[in-house]
Parts: sequence; C-alpha cells; structure tokens
Amino acid sequence: MSITLLEAKNVGKRFGGLTALSDVSLTINKGEIYGLIGPNGAGKTTFFNVLTGAYTPNSGEFVFAGSALPYGKPHEIVACGIARTFQNIRLFREMTALENVMTGHHLRSNSTLWGILAQNRHARDEERLITERAYEMLRYVGIERHATTLARNLSYGDQRRLEIARALATEPQLLSLDEPAAGMNATETAQLRELISTIRNDGVTVLLIEHDVKLVMGLCDRVAVLNFGRKIAEDVPAVVQKNHEVIEAYLGSSHAH
Amino acid sequence: MNELAEAVPWLGSRNPKAARAFVLALMLIAPLIAVMAGNTWVRILDFALLYVMLALGLNLVVGFAGLLDLGYIAFYAVGAYTWAFLASPHFGLHLPFWMVLPLGAFFAAIAGLILGAPVLRLRGDYLAIVTLGFGEIVRIFMNNLNHPINITNGPQGINMLDSLHLFGWDISRNLQITESFRINSLVLYYYVFLLFVVGSVYVIRRLQVSRIGRGWAAIRDDELAAKAIGINTRNMKLLAFSMGATFGGVAGGLFGAFQGFVSPESFSLMESIAVLTMVVFGGMGNLGGVIVGAVALSLLPELLRSFALPVQEAIFGHVLLDPEVLRMLLLSLAMILMMLLRPAGLLPAHARYSKPELATAGKGKA
Repeated sequence: MSITLLEAKNVGKRFGGLTALSDVSLTINKGEIYGLIGPNGAGKTTFFNVLTGAYTPNSGEFVFAGSALPYGKPHEIVACGIARTFQNIRLFREMTALENVMTGHHLRSNSTLWGILAQNRHARDEERLITERAYEMLRYVGIERHATTLARNLSYGDQRRLEIARALATEPQLLSLDEPAAGMNATETAQLRELISTIRNDGVTVLLIEHDVKLVMGLCDRVAVLNFGRKIAEDVPAVVQKNHEVIEAYLGSSHAH
Repeated sequence: MNELAEAVPWLGSRNPKAARAFVLALMLIAPLIAVMAGNTWVRILDFALLYVMLALGLNLVVGFAGLLDLGYIAFYAVGAYTWAFLASPHFGLHLPFWMVLPLGAFFAAIAGLILGAPVLRLRGDYLAIVTLGFGEIVRIFMNNLNHPINITNGPQGINMLDSLHLFGWDISRNLQITESFRINSLVLYYYVFLLFVVGSVYVIRRLQVSRIGRGWAAIRDDELAAKAIGINTRNMKLLAFSMGATFGGVAGGLFGAFQGFVSPESFSLMESIAVLTMVVFGGMGNLGGVIVGAVALSLLPELLRSFALPVQEAIFGHVLLDPEVLRMLLLSLAMILMMLLRPAGLLPAHARYSKPELATAGKGKA
C-alpha cells in the first residue's frame, strides 16, 4: 500500500462564467510519476496554477503530506515542498546557470542581512555550501559545463534542464513539471525522460503535465485525464488508454465505437 | 574596483594590475590636481563623490531589484534634514556625526519602507509615477512645514549646519601642518567622502554576492519565477527600498554637513532624474559602471560649462546660453547618444551574483 503525498479534494476554479475546473479530486502517491493529460483547454494548466498558488481555488482544497496547503501564496507552497517549472521557460536571464540554481537555494538558506554584511562564519559557510550544492545540481541534470554561461545564452534543451535544476534546489517532495517536453526533438525528449526517471528514483515524486501522450504513457505510473475541467479517468496508463471516454475526448466520438 | 580597472581604455584588458593601480592613484591624487585649478574644482569633485553614493544606492533599487524609482532624492532630503534638525542652531541641537549619520540613514530606511509598502504590486511605469509623486510629496512637505509650527523653516531652508567633526577634529577648517603647508578643507572632505564611497561599495558587494542579492536579481529578471522558487518578493522588495534609501540618507547627511545649508530646492525632481541618468548612463546593475556614470555626468557638464562661457564670449561677444540651460541640454544629449550607441550603458559588463571559485573543490570530482 502506497502512502498518499498529495490529495486534491473537489477542487473547482471559475473565471467569470467559464468553469475551468469542476470538482477535480485526485491523489498522488509518494514516489510515483503521476501524469496529468487532456486535450487543449481541458484545465491542466489551471489545475497546476491552483496547486502552486498562482490562482486561488473557488472550492475544494489540497492536502499535502497530511496538512492543508495555503492558498494563493506561491512562496509558501514552495516552502511546503512543491516545486514547479513553467510551460514557457522562465529563467533569470541575466544570471548564469550556476546563479540560477543558487537562487533556488534562497528558500533553504537563512543568512540574515547582518550576517551577510558582517560576513560572519555562518554566512560564509552557507555561501560556499550553496555554491557547491548548485554545482552538484548542475552536474545532476548534466549541464555543469555551462555553469558560468548566462541563462539566456543556453540552448533550449539546456534551459529546460536548468529550470528543473533550479526547482530541485528548493528541495521539494513533489516536483511539478508543466509540459517539459514542449518544443523538444526526439533525442532531447529521450534525455528528459531519463532525467525524470532518475529524479523519481532519487525519491522525489513527480507530477507531469504533458501533451506528448507517448511520453506520459511510457513514463508515468498512473495517469489522470482531464476534459472540460472534469476528471474523466484515473488509472495506470494501460487501462486509461482503453477508456472510451478518453479516446472520445482525444479523437472524437465516432472513434469510440 | 575590478570593474573600474577593466574600464580603463587599453590598459584594462592588457594589464589588470597596472590598471588597478592607476585607478587607485587617480582616486587618491584627483583632488590634489583639482586644487591647482582652483577650489571650485575640488568642490565639484566632492559633489561628484556624493553623487556616486546616491547612484550606488539607487542602483540597488533600480539596477539590482529592477524597481524604477523616480523619487530617490527624497531619501537624500531625509538624510540632509536629519542633519539639519539634529546638528544646527535651528533646534539648538548639536549631536555628533556618529549619532546623526546613522539616525539619518535609519530615518531614510523608514521612509524607504513607507514608500515601498504601498507600491509592492506596481511595476514599470506605474511604479515610476508613484515614486515620482512620493519624491515631490517629501519636497513639498519640507517646503511647507514652517506653519503652524516651524519645523523645516520652509523655503528659506535651514542654515549654519554643523560641519563634520570627526572626534573633535573639524574638517571644514584647513589643516595647518607647517607654517607654509596646509591641506585645504575641501580636499579633506574629498578623502572623507571617498572613505564613505569605498565603504558603500564594500557593503553593496557583500549584498550582491549573497542570497539577498540573488533574490533581488531574481525579482528583476522574472517576478513570477522568483515567487515560484520560494522567494518572498514582498520582503525582498521592501528590503531593496530601505537598503537603497539608507545610502541616500547617509549621502544626504554628508551633503548637509558639507554645504552647511539645506533647502527644499536642492531636492527637486530634476535631481532624482539626474541620479537615475547616472545609473543608466554608466550601466545599470554594474557597480563600476554606476561609479563611472556618476563621476562622468557630474564632471562633464562642469567642464563643458567652464569652456562654454569663454567660448561663447569669444565667438558672439556675449553669453547666449545660460550654463544651467546648457547643462540640461548636454545631459539629454548624452542620454540620447548613449541610447543610440551603447543602450546597456558605458560599462554593460555582466554583474556577478556568485563566486564560482568557492566551489573549486567540488568542481573537479565527477
């Protein structure tokens, strides 16, 4: 029996008259790769934004590792242990790859203003530790050689990796990836897939929102399908693939029979 | 310091050590050269250093945290008026500098928080407009708080401010070393201001390469992403406003002591814009650039002004353009040329927020 890490309870979100999410409930177990798929406009990214605090839900709540998550405060949610990446990569462009990851350590470091101004022992040790950890993290995602390159000068695939490294630097229990394979070629996708499995094997639960159905089906332990803001299926990939409603949602009703 | 050395043309890239020595020597002997050209020039150098301090403080807000502040001069005013209240015959208080300067910095930091709190959600143009209004509000307060109770003495300003006494030594007097050799007080002020500037650079350096500096840069580059990695953007912005204001407050106190007189007209919107111009001109976010920008834009107009009068008289027989008009003209011209030729500033070198060499031990092992 697996342990529940995140439980969404009847989460709903409306934008004016448009219902983007209605009564979505799902559970993510510790140590699994959980996929969230659905056609365009199904509410995947909305779910993601509600979870990570960018939006406040109109109803329902999230229970993470046994306690309710705060609403609408992204930095507090990260502190609880949920890190995210963005669909359209959002790096700190004027900083190097190394500095981007070091910034990710902001949350888990605690040098005070006075400590930094006085450069006391704690501040100096922490700075050294952060630098070393950041190097390790870059090595982990495989872009150590670009450590001192400005983030905006990295290639697309490397920027994705850097964003994941930065998210991992916040030491999350749950890493949520918003369409990480978007815009990647086959080789890059294969490498990404390997990286995601490695991350899971190192003990971080992964929530994967993805358009690339092949990637999701091959990688995820369990998959939920959203359509028009409702969850229409949640199971292991093999079962979900045969679900009539899912096929209908993706291909239209005539194919379902 | 290193950025300044790199900026030395020709020498900077070839022999950094020599360039560094050159910059250091130039900083130390500048007033001695200027004093030969007359006291006015030393005074201009002194003001240039005050502007460097202001530009460094504003750079913290605009260059690091990316918060456009058009009312920065208000903090300068707070510092200057703190000195005027606590060290002048106006209220009959004559506190020593080591109490007044920190208090000025403290009040400026509070003013920074007062400005920062309501503008947390604003960005770009909207932020600029509110900060501009804030700067004007402070100036207008100074202008009108002479009634019903006289606090600021209104537009007349406060005069006879105490000069800078460093532990009993009045540096506004010339230092007589021997019968024939004495050090001009303006030169003394130069070195005191230089010490403050070096101190500021030191402090800002430490902030820059720390979790705080990286937090600011993150907010500047992408606020949403900064939130998404757990940076408390509210606190970091407030810290940027108040830290930036602190430098303004210290510079303001020094200004009051140096000038011996403060009045609201020293703190007009044009001054805010002048400081911002220095930051942008030199290269936002780059300490060396900001220093060069501040020095260049405080010296160049004066240099050109000293040429403009004789040149105009020689050509037209009388002065056509008032030097003050010319100053604004030249500033704007410098800005336009700058934006066309080097949009990222004189020294756009990439600012560092880390010390990669700290991890040399970890880098080798795979």
